[in-house]
Amino acid sequence: MRDFDYVAPTSLQQAVELLAKPAGQARPLAGGTDLIDHVRNGRLSPDVLVDIKKIPELNLLEAGPNGLRLGAAVNCATIAAHQAVQAQYTALVDSCQIIGGVQIQSRASVGGNMCNSGPAADSTPSVIALGGRCVITGAQGTREVAAEDFCTGPGKNVLKPGELLVELRFPAPAPHTGSHYRRFIPRNEMDIAVVGIGVSVTLDDTLKIITAARIALGAVGPTPILATAAAQALIGQPATDETYQKAVPLAREVATPINDMRGTKDYRIHLVGVLLVRSLQAAVARAKGECPNYKPGH
Amino acid sequence: MAKKRIVSTTINGDAVEFLCEPRQTLLEILRDVLEMTGTKEGCGNGNCGSCTVLMNGKPVTSCLVLGVEAEGVELRTIEGVARGSELDEVQQAFLEGAALQCGICTPGFIMQTEALLACNPTPTEEEIRFHLAGNLCRCTGYDKIVRAVQCAAERRAGACHK
Repeated sequence: MRDFDYVAPTSLQQAVELLAKPAGQARPLAGGTDLIDHVRNGRLSPDVLVDIKKIPELNLLEAGPNGLRLGAAVNCATIAAHQAVQAQYTALVDSCQIIGGVQIQSRASVGGNMCNSGPAADSTPSVIALGGRCVITGAQGTREVAAEDFCTGPGKNVLKPGELLVELRFPAPAPHTGSHYRRFIPRNEMDIAVVGIGVSVTLDDTLKIITAARIALGAVGPTPILATAAAQALIGQPATDETYQKAVPLAREVATPINDMRGTKDYRIHLVGVLLVRSLQAAVARAKGECPNYKPGH
Repeated sequence: MAKKRIVSTTINGDAVEFLCEPRQTLLEILRDVLEMTGTKEGCGNGNCGSCTVLMNGKPVTSCLVLGVEAEGVELRTIEGVARGSELDEVQQAFLEGAALQCGICTPGFIMQTEALLACNPTPTEEEIRFHLAGNLCRCTGYDKIVRAVQCAAERRAGACHK
């Protein structure tokens, strides 16, 4: 592998100083499951890797009345095992259980998944559906970006050279809220989404009417897509299959998939409808406190 | 060349120090520096699971971990599984069930099975297949591996009841 130096700062300030180099020369290392492979195969050629796993802010995982704070370097296995995340931010657990295999989940982080900015990233639609905000720090200070605005193209995002994604912040879900992420792949595990959909749904006190919803589509455009009109069509409507079907054409309308080896445009557009109905059914079941008929990978 | 550094770690319960370039993977350190060649390299990019070791109890593909990241962690490799000259239940079940042919993937499968049984001592077949999805075997067709894991789990459960 290419020769590079390694530093493991213990403060955010040190990390920002170390990363303030011309573009590409210094790279943050979280789980390394993409980075180390990309350095080995020559796709990236950094001179220094800045291990961000020893910085307290990047390891934060705290849920409370003000919401969830998720440090950008926290690995998928830790997130999926966290009780409050399981109870209130379930779509994140769905994502973290199907990114790579178990070995990858021990290392890979949701922050890293977002920073790689793959259009088919499994965690980004969940982060968007749950209303996540990205806290970014650099030499110029700290700023926040909504998760749906973070990715700008395949492998591209709003991070400027030297900037670091520090944490993801999620609002506390309202009572009777459920969320879900599911993807379609031609096998049960270890594959890249042909289409992936993350949804979050809130019901009224009767558990019959939808009062709020967010829908995010993955792998059907250059970036994950927030399907605003489709979500809007659910508001004030009964939580039934008939309602979900009304959102389907609106979600399909904003999908701009490509033909590739994983699926054709038409097939992906079709899948958007199938997966949207299934993910809404599961999210609504969770909002009612029921256990949906879902197993990771199916 | 980036400066070499000394890394202090624990492998299979023993304190170990090694000299490491930042670009060396944990897999390279285990095999080429420490001469612990039980851990195998398959794909070298995290897809096949042959190089699986346990890092602080969690399974990782050691080809995607830098040697320098092993500072202060607890590692468990295939060399630490047997109790002296006695194979553990997982190894014994793989051997008796012929859950291997060429054997290159086997240390990874055994480490991944150890991780599974540590957190889920009585997995269903579906859970076994899901948990082992990150380990590839091009010889067996997986059925004998799944049966060996079931057998090891049953034997451990039996041992606990005694």
